[in-house]
Order: sequence, then C-alpha cells, then structure tokens
Amino acid sequence: MGEAIVITSGKGGVGKTTTTANLGTSLALLDKKVCLIDTDIGLRNLDVIMGLENRIIYDIVDVLEKRCKISQALIKDKRFDCLYLLPAAQTSDKSALTPEGMVEIIDELKPDYDYILIDCPAGIEQGYKNAVAGADKAIVVTTPEKSSVRDADRIIGLLEQEDIEPPHLVVNRIRNHMVKSGDMLDVDEIVQVLSIDLLGIVADDDDVIKASNHGEPVAFQPNTKASIAYRNIARRILGESVPLLSLEKKETFIDKVKKAFGIQK
Amino acid sequence: MTTNKWITIKGTRDGLTLFMNDNCSWDELLIELDEILSAKHVTVDEPLITVKIKLGNRYITREQEQALLEITRKHNKLVVDQIVSNVILKEEALNWKEETDIKLHNKVVRSGQVLEVNSDVLLIGDVNPGGKIIATGNIFVLGNLRGIAHAGAKGNREAVIAASYMAPSQLRIAEIISRSPDSDKEGVPMECGFIEKDGEQIIMDRISSLVKSRPQLNAFERRIMNG
Repeated sequence: MGEAIVITSGKGGVGKTTTTANLGTSLALLDKKVCLIDTDIGLRNLDVIMGLENRIIYDIVDVLEKRCKISQALIKDKRFDCLYLLPAAQTSDKSALTPEGMVEIIDELKPDYDYILIDCPAGIEQGYKNAVAGADKAIVVTTPEKSSVRDADRIIGLLEQEDIEPPHLVVNRIRNHMVKSGDMLDVDEIVQVLSIDLLGIVADDDDVIKASNHGEPVAFQPNTKASIAYRNIARRILGESVPLLSLEKKETFIDKVKKAFGIQK
Repeated sequence: MTTNKWITIKGTRDGLTLFMNDNCSWDELLIELDEILSAKHVTVDEPLITVKIKLGNRYITREQEQALLEITRKHNKLVVDQIVSNVILKEEALNWKEETDIKLHNKVVRSGQVLEVNSDVLLIGDVNPGGKIIATGNIFVLGNLRGIAHAGAKGNREAVIAASYMAPSQLRIAEIISRSPDSDKEGVPMECGFIEKDGEQIIMDRISSLVKSRPQLNAFERRIMNG
C-alpha cells in the first residue's frame, strides 16, 4: 500500500513542481514505484519539467469524468519504468476536480505504487483543497524570503486542520553568499519560525533551471549540488537519516594559495 | 410601635447599615422597611445620610432592587450607597470564573489564524507574523510574539501583554493600538507592554517592571473580591 504525499507551499514560484519532479526522480532512482499527480488544472507544468508533454493523451479530468481509464491517462517516464505521471488538464473546467474525486483516484493508485506525489497549485483555494484531500503526508516548500515563509506558515496552519501527519519542510533556493551577508533568512531562523521538522535544503543552482528546460529533472544528473540535495531528501522520505548537505563551497588548494597572496578573499 | 422583626439598623460613622434578614418573605421585608423609614427620626435640617443595605444570603433581581431603592428614596435624606448580597447567580459565577481564569493554550498561532480567549491567556508557543491572539484579560506568551496581540479586548485598560520574546507587528490594549517601528528592529527578550496610569499609549518595559506597575497581577483573590 503506497503513501500519498502532497507537495505544497502557498506561494507560487518557490519550486513545488520542480521539487515534485525531482523527488519523484530520486525515489525512482532508489527503485521505488512512484506516481506523480499534477493538480494544477489550467497551468500544468509538471509534464514539461519531466519532458513528457508530447505524450499526453488523456488527463486527470478525463479520468474523473470517466472518458478513459486511469491506466490510459498515466504516462510512463522515458527514463524509468517505475515512474508515472498523471497530468493535469489544460483546457477543462477547473471545477471538474473535487476533493472526493482526488480521494477516489489516489485510493485507486495506492495499491500499485510505493509513493504518490501530488503537485499542489499555488494558493489556498479549491485547488489546494483538492490536492490535499487524498494525502497522508505533506511537504511544505519555502524559499528563504519573508513572503514565502509567511505563506508557508499559513499553509502549515491549514494543513494542521487536515487529517494528515504534521508536515515537513524543504527550504529551496538558498543562496549561501546572501545568507552569509545577512541579506537572506538562514535555515535555522526559518525552521524556528515555522516550528516543523526540516526534511532538506536545496541550494539555488543554475543546473536546476537548465535541466528543467531540457525536460530532465536535475536529480537525474549524478553530481550537481541540487541533485544530491534532492536525492538526500528522497532517502529521508524512505526513513534513512542523512546529514544535511553543507552549503559551503569547498576550499581548494588553489583558493588557499590565492587567499595567501591576497588575490581572493 | 412595632418591633423590628426582620431588619436591624446599625449606625456607623459613614451612615446607616441595614441588615436584612434573609429567611423572611420579600414582601414582609419591604413592608417593614417602609415602616421603619416612615418613623420620623429624621428632621429636615439634617444632612444626607448614606445607607448600606446588607441582604445576607438573599438573591434579588433587578426589579426587586429597584423596589428597594424606591422605598428608600421616598424618604428624604436617605441615599443608598450600596446593596450587598452574599450570593450571585450560578450563571454570573461561571462567567466570573471564566473571565478571571487563565486559559492555557499549547500551539503555534500561525499566519492567518486567530486565537480568541475570554479571559487571561497563557500561550505556550509562538504567535507568528500574521497570526493574532485576542484576550479580554492579560496575555502571556511563553514563546515568540511576532504577530498581533490584543489584550483587554473588551476595554480593560489594566490588561498587560508579556512575552518571552517580544517582536510583535502590533500590540493592542483595550482600544489603544501601537505598532512596531518601521526600522526592522530585532525583538527583545522578556518584555511586556501596558498602559501607564492616565496614559494614552502602550509602554514597553522589562517584565520585571510589572511588579511595580501592576501589583494586582499577583493577587488573584483580590481581583475576585473587586469583581
């Protein structure tokens, strides 16, 4: 029996969809059977980031309105046999998706998958309620910005009213040099304000955007900072205890020499 | 002359005290009161006399109170200072208890959430930015106060707000509102806010200063007696 995890943030543009895609990929790399569900009706992105856009025939609304079977709407990933995507509808009416419908779909998928990751739309309206409806767990994504922490706080408050486990936190897009100079909130501060468990931190990395634009989640690459971060988060979801990745850039021998000569700070 | 069966009169320096028996019927009591007061022991030249009425263990309604006042007023020179009864309605007592109680909450008041309490409140947890805590009495936060706190929401200016870490976006006591300075100031540990006597704004000080400015915070029983 699988576990349904909703990935949400309240604020838009903090990296819910990227996180969903990368956690899905990381879990698939660990040989778990994973299904991704995009619930952002009208503004679907998950398929683009996964590079599966051209394979969509049916979508989640088609399933709900019984125009097709759920197995027909699921798209198999091009890299993994154990990773599937249920895309959102692009043109259908938003109101077609209901919390009851989501519960139905998730209950149908659960026996066949280890993890079902639900990509939640921004906001706290109907779309959010739909996405949360069938979930057992929640991951809240935030960035080290005041406004996004505020919205995360709001979302955590709403999640506490739902019948799910206490949410976990992913802090995305950390720019270490800005944290150091005090221009960005640091992770400890965010965790203290939100007072929930930290699941992982992801550095702001150009590779993430690059990879997304190529339709291949960054987690698929073996050794960028972000991919390691996502893989670590996936391992923590599986229950392993993995230490947090240091955001510090390693000082190489050349750097040390440069520093000694006062060329580089 | 009739003997006073139900009412005992005692003269004190502050005026008269009437002790009403609490076993007789109400009507009998009123008749006797009328009789006693009609007996002319007051002359026109005397100054006003204040009267204190002690009802013992008798509960009277508003109408009964009015009747009592009317009879006393009929007779010149008498002013009813207070009517004291040892008993109150259960309903009033429960309200009283609730309002003087201190309610414990153990949670984080997050952005968009409001915690409303009809008494004093002790919050074990934070009030996050965008969150709001409202109490008719005092507010004590054992945690970070970063949101809005409104003490004495029904107009009690004596109410105070205290927090282990004070960095609120707004403090409100009764109808007075103050906000944090625009310069993004760090919060202060162990601070409290209150309205100084006759003051028109909320003053921030160390928690230890409350002993001086609000000594009655210690004495719960006294607050009960004073209502």
